[in-house]
Amino acid sequence: MRKNIFLRRTVKTLLFSFLVIYSLSILYPILLMFLTSFKTTREIFTNPFGLPASFAFTSYIKLFTVSNYLTYFKNSIIVTLISLLIILVITSTASFVLAKYEFKWKNFLYLFFVVGMIIPIRLGTISILKLMIEMHANDTLFSVMIVSIAVGIPFGVFILTDFIKMIPEELSAAARVDGCSEPSIFRIVIIPLLRPALATVAIINYIPIWNDFWFPLVFLKSDSVKTVPLATALLFGQYQTNYALVFAVLSMASIPVMLFYILFSKHFVQGLSSGALKG
Amino acid sequence: MVIFLLPAILIYTVFLLLPILDSMRLSFYSGKGLIPDKFVGFDNYVKLFTQFPFKERMVNAFSNNIRFFFIVTLIQNIFGFFVAFFVTRKIIGKGFFRKISFLPTTLSVLVVGFLFKLILNPAWGIFDKILTAIGLESFIRPWLGDPLTALPVLAIVVSWQFMGESVLFYTAGIDAIPEEVTEAALIDGAGPLQELWHIILPSVLPIIGIVTILIFIGDFTQFDIVYAMSTTQANPGFGTDLFGSLFYRAAFSTPVRGGWGMGMGAAVSTVMFFIVFSGVMLWLHFFKKNGVDK
Repeated sequence: MRKNIFLRRTVKTLLFSFLVIYSLSILYPILLMFLTSFKTTREIFTNPFGLPASFAFTSYIKLFTVSNYLTYFKNSIIVTLISLLIILVITSTASFVLAKYEFKWKNFLYLFFVVGMIIPIRLGTISILKLMIEMHANDTLFSVMIVSIAVGIPFGVFILTDFIKMIPEELSAAARVDGCSEPSIFRIVIIPLLRPALATVAIINYIPIWNDFWFPLVFLKSDSVKTVPLATALLFGQYQTNYALVFAVLSMASIPVMLFYILFSKHFVQGLSSGALKG
Repeated sequence: MVIFLLPAILIYTVFLLLPILDSMRLSFYSGKGLIPDKFVGFDNYVKLFTQFPFKERMVNAFSNNIRFFFIVTLIQNIFGFFVAFFVTRKIIGKGFFRKISFLPTTLSVLVVGFLFKLILNPAWGIFDKILTAIGLESFIRPWLGDPLTALPVLAIVVSWQFMGESVLFYTAGIDAIPEEVTEAALIDGAGPLQELWHIILPSVLPIIGIVTILIFIGDFTQFDIVYAMSTTQANPGFGTDLFGSLFYRAAFSTPVRGGWGMGMGAAVSTVMFFIVFSGVMLWLHFFKKNGVDK
């Protein structure tokens, strides 16, 4: 018996050490990125492993002076916020109809939307570029936004339709008796109850929209419309040997998403797991 | 209520579904400008499958992509499953480990690619310094310059980044096993290994399918990691070229840098579509036929 307990403890210690090493392999490169961004180029070579001598924001200040970083950052925020807002509005209204009404083609329409979750939109890039040129929308933030919205629709419909189905029909019926029109049932009854699901949709879509590099690379040419990932690639190429600056560029691109994840990690796990188990 | 449905249907159809079909149509066209305008029938495909250098580039990207996919799939499934198994045991700090594993997934592939390019960089490269510190300096090589190591290094970096997704899916699968089942097994005297083999493994089988198909779709359209670590030229000597980077070069680069024109680009993306489509069909065939579907 005692031997058994001993064995169990050893196994547990081994598992624990394995997880500690795994976590270090994740945290170390990320920490290295942040720490190095505070070092001077000299320090980066003489003291690559240690902490920076001082946490001066020299590289960050330089980043904002040598490039239009403020513009890039602003563009990314505009694209992300507007895309998310529109995704939430149009997928919640569509899901409301899909979940609460009976009509021909209803199941087909649901599948039609949901199948989009596994369609890699990149494979339509040439046609989308052609469309943007025809619409004179090439090289505008609109081009990147509308594509982000299209990509966000399938997951939004998938999560929200399920969620609205779980809202008891009696609530809508009661509102109807009180003389509520269908759109106001959606506004007064459904939306307040839908908040957690809306949060999930927004949180899950936030990261791919913020990080998108492919479409900005293809669509955006002018400096005034560049987004953070595109600027990251640009500045990395331009300042390759200025390590401190380059690490500041990488850190700046990562802070918004990592902070967001640390704040909302619970929603991430719930949202993605529900997708995994149902899909 | 049609107005409630219309915006979603319109945007989704016009900017996602139709472009996929329209790109297939454009693969039958050729032309110098941004929009191919001359109908050429199957000419683009004939070039792509039979002529130099189109055929060589495509075969190369295909074989690289297969190798890349195998490395990522192996690492992410095996490692991801075991991490998930460990963090669902009674272990101190399991919540922390779960959270940390997903952290790299939130970063952009571009940032991760650049970060590891710097870490592996021969001039400053902290990785080589670590190897020297633990006495393994004989293993040091130009990681991204050597055709033998470049592609596996890219695959390992991608696995490092997306491991969190596998861990999350496997953890969800293991957590979904009803407690009564595990308890009944324990009462019957099953040890941890029997539990792993007879209860956990069978119930995460569908997760293997989901993780693998997601990797498949991601890897056969992967571009950002090649761009960040090996440039659009997929150095060394196209040794890290994947379908995504081939597609980008073919469609959007100048002829000097490997551009083949939009029509050829559309042909490449159509080939990619059919690869992804066959993968999804295979997955549906193997994992979804026994009523695993809802």
